[in-house]
This record gives sequence, C-alpha cells and structure tokens, in this order.
Amino acid sequence: MSTNGRLVAVLDYGIGNLRSAQKALQRQGADARLTADPALVADAEGVVLPGVGAFGQCMRALESSGLAQPALDAIVAGKPFLGICVGMQMLYEGSEEAPDIPGLGILPGQVRLLPGEVKRPQMQWNALRVRRRSPLLAGLDEPIWMYFVHSYVPDDRANAIATCEYGTEIVAAVEKESLWATQFHPEKSGSAGLRLLSNFLDLVASSGAT
Amino acid sequence: MRVPRVIPCLDVDAGRVVKGVNFVDLVDAGDPVELARRYDEEGADELVFLDITASSGGRDTMVEVARHTAEEVFIPFTIGGGIRSLDDARRLLRAGADKISVNTAAVERPELITELSAEFGAQCVVAAIDARRNDGGESPGEAAGFEVYTHGGRTATGTEAVAWARRCERLGAGEILLTSMDRDGTRDGFDTELTRRVVDATNIPVIASGGVGTLDHLVEGITEGGADAVLAASIFHFSQHSIAEAKEHMARAGLQVRPVA
Repeated sequence: MSTNGRLVAVLDYGIGNLRSAQKALQRQGADARLTADPALVADAEGVVLPGVGAFGQCMRALESSGLAQPALDAIVAGKPFLGICVGMQMLYEGSEEAPDIPGLGILPGQVRLLPGEVKRPQMQWNALRVRRRSPLLAGLDEPIWMYFVHSYVPDDRANAIATCEYGTEIVAAVEKESLWATQFHPEKSGSAGLRLLSNFLDLVASSGAT
Repeated sequence: MRVPRVIPCLDVDAGRVVKGVNFVDLVDAGDPVELARRYDEEGADELVFLDITASSGGRDTMVEVARHTAEEVFIPFTIGGGIRSLDDARRLLRAGADKISVNTAAVERPELITELSAEFGAQCVVAAIDARRNDGGESPGEAAGFEVYTHGGRTATGTEAVAWARRCERLGAGEILLTSMDRDGTRDGFDTELTRRVVDATNIPVIASGGVGTLDHLVEGITEGGADAVLAASIFHFSQHSIAEAKEHMARAGLQVRPVA
C-alpha cells in the first residue's frame, strides 16, 4: 500500500463506536481524525461518515452537530467519501425506519426493512457478490466476507457494486462517482475490511494528487 | 444466507485473562489484547470479554482493554460484566467496544436495557442471561422450567428465563447471550433445550453459551439449539482446538461458516 498520510475526516457526531473506523484507517496509513469541525472536514482529502443505531437518531445527531452540510459539500465537491452502515443509509432520501425524517438525499432511493422471514438485525459475516468492478474492491477475491449489523437496507440497485444473500439479494455496497458506501462494517471485517479501507485511501490519494 | 458465528470468550480479572489460558507460544498469555489478536488471526468471528473483577476499581481496566483491543483487532467485540449505567456503557463504546452486555443490572432494573438501546442503538445492547433448570414441574413429564440467576450464577431471581428473554427483546436488546449455568464448565455440551426455547420465543440473534467440550457441541448449538452464534472458552484457550478446526468441523457438518482466510 502506498504510504498515505492523507488527512481523512471521520465525522464525529456523537454516535456509537467511531474509534474503530479511525484506528482501522490509521492502521492503513491515513492521518484519520475524529472531528466535528466543519473547517477540518473542508480541509480533509477524504471523508468517512460512520453510523450505527437508528436512522432517525443518526440523522438528527448529524444535523444538530452541524456536519450534515459539510458532508454534502464534500460529496458535491467530488471529494472521496465513504459512508458506512447507517452512514450509508443517511445518503438516501429517507428510511422506513423513520418516515418523517428525510435523509441527505444525495443518492436516489429509500432505505427499507430487510424483506422476508429473516432475523432482524442481520448480525453476522456474509459473503459479497461483486456486481460491478470497482476500485473500492480492488485485490479482493470472492468470496469477500464482511461483517454486517443492520435491519434496513437501501433499495439502490442502480449504484450497487456488491450484494449479499440474506433471505433475498440485498445491496451491500454502492458507488457513484467519488462516493462509496457500504452496508457492512469494513472497520470490523478483519483483513478484507482493512484492504477495502486501504483501497479507499488509494482513491483519496489519487484524487488529491495534482 | 445464515452464517453462524464462532465466539471465543475471555474472562478478564483486573485486566488479565484468567481461566488458565494456554497458548504455548504466547509471550504473555494473560494479555487480553494479545489473545484477542491471536483469535482474530485464527478466524474468530467476534470476541467477548467478560469482566469478572470483583473490585469496583476494575472498571477502568476494562476501558483500557477496549481501547487497546480496538487499536489492534478489527473484528467486533463485546464487553460485559459489571455494567450498570449509561456512563459505564458510553466509556466502553467510546473506547472502541462494539457491544456491551448487561446481566445483573438489567434484572434489577430492566429499564436499563431500554435506556441503553435508546442511547446507543439496539445493535450494541446484549442481554446476558444466566439460566438454570428447575425441575419442579408439578407432574412427571411436565417440561422443565428455567430460572434466571444473577451475580455470576449465585443468586436465584425467581424469574422465568424464556419470558425474561422475550422481555429483553421488547425492552430493546439487540442480541441475547444465553448461558446454561447447569452446563457451564461441565464440557457436556450446550443445554440445547434451553437454547431452542429462547430462540423460538424471540426474533433477535441468540448466542449459545455454557458447556462446550467438543467440536460436535458447537454444531449441536446451531442445529439442535437453533442458535445464531456459539460461544466457548476452554476448548479454545487450552489449544484443544483452534478456531480454524472448529470452522472446518462445522462446515463438514453442513453449516455455512466464514472460512478462515
């Protein structure tokens, strides 16, 4: 992996365990900072939006922390951006989990309850099926095992780069230009997850290179 | 696809792993972080650290265990034992734990589960339930009941275990860690009847615990008990079996598991 050292802002809006994401990015060579400072987000070369728990709570916390707009600005500016779990779900227009609370709406579609007679949450490792080649998954050979904890999932087939099987086929990762998002937790998925984060840092580096 | 998890459990006393962990080539077999790293490399799907420190000063050491583990181990881990408040949980989660488990404190004050779930999300709240059979059915042949015990299995509560599990789910728990006190330490296998009853009564993941002595027992926890995950301590600690062997055995029995890379 390239020696990275790139400044990556991990958005800290007071939800859950953010430290693992920061430590995993640092392990892969990034200058990863937990931050709620919009100026630091603006300076960062890449942005990571983690999230665990409930969609509505996360959206409210993101809004009240003042980080929703800086996150959107980073995406619109084409800065490499990675949403994780509820951090992925918040990129969509809304969620069945909290119908009255709009999402960031930067990606089209809704987040829906995991369909069928399945146990919710899906709390397990699952194998990805690659649907489209993506630099985020570079060097990862199927089956790619990642750790999932979620009860809802975006219905975004159009941008899916990977899916997994849980009762039915569900979206596991998406890509749109320089925006990537995973329903699983790469920072909790052992060596495969670390490789994915390293790929993201490579994308940050190549985007920032002049 | 349902992929049962294999979870080694580490008992930690004042920051040191106890229960005679015995990896011959470990520099420091009592170091929870080193053991966690080893289990990660062996293919463990998650880890559970159980704080068995008797003294109240032990809490701070578990925060340190969480902090150091999160720096080196990138699989999910749960910390349990002695968590009584939102503040206890917050410190562990902020230090890098993914989930916290509550046992005695939740039995004494069930609203704790709801408060933790509302604050941090159900996905990180594990209801740990220690249950023991009470064979006091009124007529012969009547199904055995199971009673919840607290304080490390020392205190009977009079609460029926399956009903308590169902209540924990309603209160907001995201997972149940179910230990048979009858089987714990016996190496006779899980109490799969207990496991099955709780699995059938709830719709959140259930981790079976207590009694694993062979690799077949791990399979039975899934196939007979219906558990979503199996937890064991001694068969892994004493290098009797590696996690990789456990995974291979489960796969041969027809279970889908995450193979060891």
